[in-house]
Amino acid sequence: MSGTEHSLTSTEYIKHHLTNMTYGQLPDGSWGFAENAEQAAAMGFWAINVDTMGWSLFLGVLFFIIFRSAAKKASSTTIPTGLLNVAETAIEFVEDNVKNMFPYKNRMIAPLALTILVWVFFMNFMDLFAVDLIPGIAQQIGGAMGYDPHSVFFKIVPSTDPNITMGMALFVFVLVVFFSFTQKGLVGFAKELCLHPFSSNIFIVQAALIPINFVLEIVNLIAKPISLGLRLFGNMYAGEVIFILVAIMFGAGYAFAFLAGGIQIIWALFHILIISLQAFIFMVLTIVYLSMAFQNADEH
Amino acid sequence: MNINATIIGQMIAFAIFIYLTYRFVWPPVIGAMAERSKRIADGLQAADRAEKDLELAQQKVVEQLTAAKKEAAAILDQANKRAIDIVEEAKEKARVEADRIKQGAQAEIDQAVARAKEDLRNKVVTLALAGAEKILESSIDKNAHNELVNKLAAEL
Repeated sequence: MSGTEHSLTSTEYIKHHLTNMTYGQLPDGSWGFAENAEQAAAMGFWAINVDTMGWSLFLGVLFFIIFRSAAKKASSTTIPTGLLNVAETAIEFVEDNVKNMFPYKNRMIAPLALTILVWVFFMNFMDLFAVDLIPGIAQQIGGAMGYDPHSVFFKIVPSTDPNITMGMALFVFVLVVFFSFTQKGLVGFAKELCLHPFSSNIFIVQAALIPINFVLEIVNLIAKPISLGLRLFGNMYAGEVIFILVAIMFGAGYAFAFLAGGIQIIWALFHILIISLQAFIFMVLTIVYLSMAFQNADEH
Repeated sequence: MNINATIIGQMIAFAIFIYLTYRFVWPPVIGAMAERSKRIADGLQAADRAEKDLELAQQKVVEQLTAAKKEAAAILDQANKRAIDIVEEAKEKARVEADRIKQGAQAEIDQAVARAKEDLRNKVVTLALAGAEKILESSIDKNAHNELVNKLAAEL
């Protein structure tokens, strides 16, 4: 907690940490940053979470710069050291996974998987920065710029924002639908949706089964992006909340502060596993979903 | 925590980063890695081959060394034989030369002996003639008895 200001209640503290810096149309009609969560909610769809979007873009650019500089260095004659070594390890890891799970020919899948793995990992990694460090700095800067420090919200972990995770999941969904069409054609895709999982040789029975199949398959299809996005969001959000809850203990005397420090460290160490695992899971599921999009219905 | 336009922004950003990775990151690294592994494989193969070559070369060296030693021994043998031959030949030549010189000397000696004998005979003839002259006191006709005296001298 920022000690210089009047102390917040625990509820306010948690709320403050879970609110995005949102830019949109304010109730009075002008455009600006929301001053509290209610205002942000009132902005509706046409608002943007400047903090998570900004960090997301920054980390994406960071990912690209790192891997691009590695790619520039890469040649068959250079001995891979340092950055190039790391990049090559990641790329080889991704390629192995893609080769194992995606037996079709598409040159876009592996770069897509690499982007997901590294970018999501970076976004998750922001969770390991002390919960108050960067938001605290942002509050100071906001205060200096004339804003009320208490209304300066700053979430630094993009993957704790459902917009970010669902945005990626939806794009994967778009790709799944796109490849389903291009690989199977409209008829093939429709067949897949209508003739599975129940099928019959008798025409009348088959016709009766089509609506049931269609409902089941549509649910199945739509569940993919939702589960993909919400899994990442849920895991990272829960981790973030635990960090915030433990951080509240810092305000409760020295003994608790030391205890809280210990817990933070233990949770952070454990969290290293979670952030890598979630990035990996997101990548693997994306590959699997895309592989299913390529799979012919007859091969079931 | 509200669903808003961020979701669209993230989708666009995601698409862009996938494209950038697909276009600028993936091909050079994968290409370099594939090429490198090929180079390494080639290098290992070359090393294997070189090792085999080395082994072969060593074998050849040993063979050649043995052959050279054998040849050297043969040459040495031959040289020794030739040396002995030369010595023998020289000895033979020396003996022949010595014989020749000896013979020459012998001939000279014989000649000298013959000459001495001739001289002696002549002197004896003269002496005998003188003695006979003295004995016969000029009674002997020099011309009449010269043949007789010469016969006598030849018998000496």
